[in-house]
Amino acid sequence: MSNAAQQFLEAAGTITRNLRHRGLIQTALRKYEVARDRKKSAFNDWSAARQSAAETKWDAINHLDTYLTEFTSKIEARGTKVHWCPTGPEARDTIRGIIKDAKAKCVVKSKAMTAEEIHLNEALEKDGFEVVESDLGEFIVQLRKEPPYHIVFPAMHLTRDEISDLFERELGSAPTREPEELTMIARRALRKKYIQADVGITGANFAIAETGMVSITENEGNARLTSALPRIMVTLLGIEKILPKLEDLALFLPLLATAGSGQTVTGYNTLYGGPRQPGESDGPIEWHVVLLDNRRTELLADPEQRDALHCIRCGACLNVCPIFRNVGGHTYGTTYSGPVGSVITPHLRGVQEWKHLSNASSLCGACTEACPVKIDLHHHLLQNRRNAVGDSPSWIERLAWRAHAFAVNTPALYQFGQEVARIVEPLRLRLQGTPLDPVKSWTRTRDLPPVAPESFKEWWRNRR
Amino acid sequence: MNAQERILARIREALKVSAPKPGSHGHGGHGRDVAPAPVFAFQGRPVQVARSWLPPGGSTPQEHLTRFAAASAELKTDFRCVESEAEAHAQLRQIADAEGWARVASHHSPLTDAATTALARPTLFTDGGYVPDDLEVCDVGITTCDVLVAQTGSLVVNSRTSGGRALSVLPPHHVVLARKDQLLGDLTDAFQRIEQLHGTHWPSMISLVTGPSRTGDIERILVLGAHGPKKLTVLMW
Repeated sequence: MSNAAQQFLEAAGTITRNLRHRGLIQTALRKYEVARDRKKSAFNDWSAARQSAAETKWDAINHLDTYLTEFTSKIEARGTKVHWCPTGPEARDTIRGIIKDAKAKCVVKSKAMTAEEIHLNEALEKDGFEVVESDLGEFIVQLRKEPPYHIVFPAMHLTRDEISDLFERELGSAPTREPEELTMIARRALRKKYIQADVGITGANFAIAETGMVSITENEGNARLTSALPRIMVTLLGIEKILPKLEDLALFLPLLATAGSGQTVTGYNTLYGGPRQPGESDGPIEWHVVLLDNRRTELLADPEQRDALHCIRCGACLNVCPIFRNVGGHTYGTTYSGPVGSVITPHLRGVQEWKHLSNASSLCGACTEACPVKIDLHHHLLQNRRNAVGDSPSWIERLAWRAHAFAVNTPALYQFGQEVARIVEPLRLRLQGTPLDPVKSWTRTRDLPPVAPESFKEWWRNRR
Repeated sequence: MNAQERILARIREALKVSAPKPGSHGHGGHGRDVAPAPVFAFQGRPVQVARSWLPPGGSTPQEHLTRFAAASAELKTDFRCVESEAEAHAQLRQIADAEGWARVASHHSPLTDAATTALARPTLFTDGGYVPDDLEVCDVGITTCDVLVAQTGSLVVNSRTSGGRALSVLPPHHVVLARKDQLLGDLTDAFQRIEQLHGTHWPSMISLVTGPSRTGDIERILVLGAHGPKKLTVLMW
């Protein structure tokens, strides 16, 4: 078993027994469900809208070279510098280089899962830069020195009391139980940073090929400020973020907000097309757009699972997943958790090390049903299981299946096996669950079905 | 070969094998050898078709107004539709007195110039550049907008004609002045209008603002004024 699998099992074992955690997650997700259902019902036809989004993303991903080229030429025409980065380390070094050249000290950052993916903050802090997360949830988990719990709700696993204690310890604020006051503490702390910072780093939700723009979705206004005040702006995004046309946002913005957080559209949806243009009063004088591959092209090369690149990172599949709801976000040990994380992580970080995630699923299909761009998530988990076994078959399993095939194809042997099983049955029942039980790891949480007293063939013969 | 060429080459190599179209799930999805059959056909631009499936925005100006008002109420946007510009200025003075605005921030345009003159308070104009600390201490940012969207209760500001990037997010109160004919039905209409307005010469930022700044990051409890304005007022005549 891989290290990652071992850690997953241990963490899952601990957290599923934690009733406090369970209560928190269920309360948060219940609120999400109510809001999402209300907004879904405002659509004239939710399922047709999803189909349309899936088709649009299909078009984008299956003509990715054309659209990326169009995006780049349009956005460069307005003075933006585009950097193409095949790997995480290359993207990290590119951004470190930009910040060093700018002789910057303080960096303010708005939420970007791609930055988590390439461990940007650690690299920048090691270089001696101060990096401040500005999204409230990200700010909280950064103070706790832990990764985000959820791709949309990073601090979902914390109570207001824990956050109050954290702020008291790290920021010296007075304890409070009011979410509003806690938010204002963070607001005051971060306001200074926006003004001090030399560089603002953002992620992106969509890249519009037609007009050469990046679209950023948020609620707090932190991305707006991050891209308004610092003199240099850096935007890091995966190459799969592309959408063909500006008007496509008329579909994708409501879809993302409804599925992601139960809103019609989020508070701020902002298009950036360049650095400060002549005649404008503010904005960065330099803008760097960093396009990240980091093995996305390997996922692209698998036509069966290519649609996993349609993902708009709304988090809907996490929210409905019975596994995520029990084991929580940190147990996965991955940047992207939940069903979509389990599908793409083996592609991005290695099949054998991460194949256990495909088994962290009940295959109920709730994720596929929830996905606003109709990614066939639960079938992809099955395909990953198949691929993992195909790549590195276990000899014991192969032997067992071959023996099974031989037995069921040989009636005499099969009948003999049935007789033996019937004789052994009382002994097996006695041993079940004890250390002597040969299939203990199975029977610890499940019952083995009893062996029938007579086979169907015998039953039929006796009744004729 | 540089990085761009390398990535593009990898993409082209990957795309040599085509992927099943969406909607063909479960039709041969299990075996690698079985070619999945596409079961849908593109019907022109999907988004043009999709429009009728999205939340409706209304079809008459009166419906647009009703919807925008309803969306504003839900978003906690203070939406005031008044009879005339003079009445809008009167309302503005009322809010200014109630909140005790000491410093106002705005930008030059016919609508905002008239309003700031009517307010007659110390005003920072962002046109041509400003010091961020000066803007940060202003009590309100007063701007125009490109369009308003009935479907979502949103409005659109941009970095060229709405006073820059920060004016609408840095002060604690954002006031938007708008004319009734700027209110459109849905996002598709809005993006079309934006393209008409700016398509030949894009500003560096265009922002769809929907309600005051908000967060639910602490126990999913709604708090207004996370980083941007705590209040959003739309004055329309």
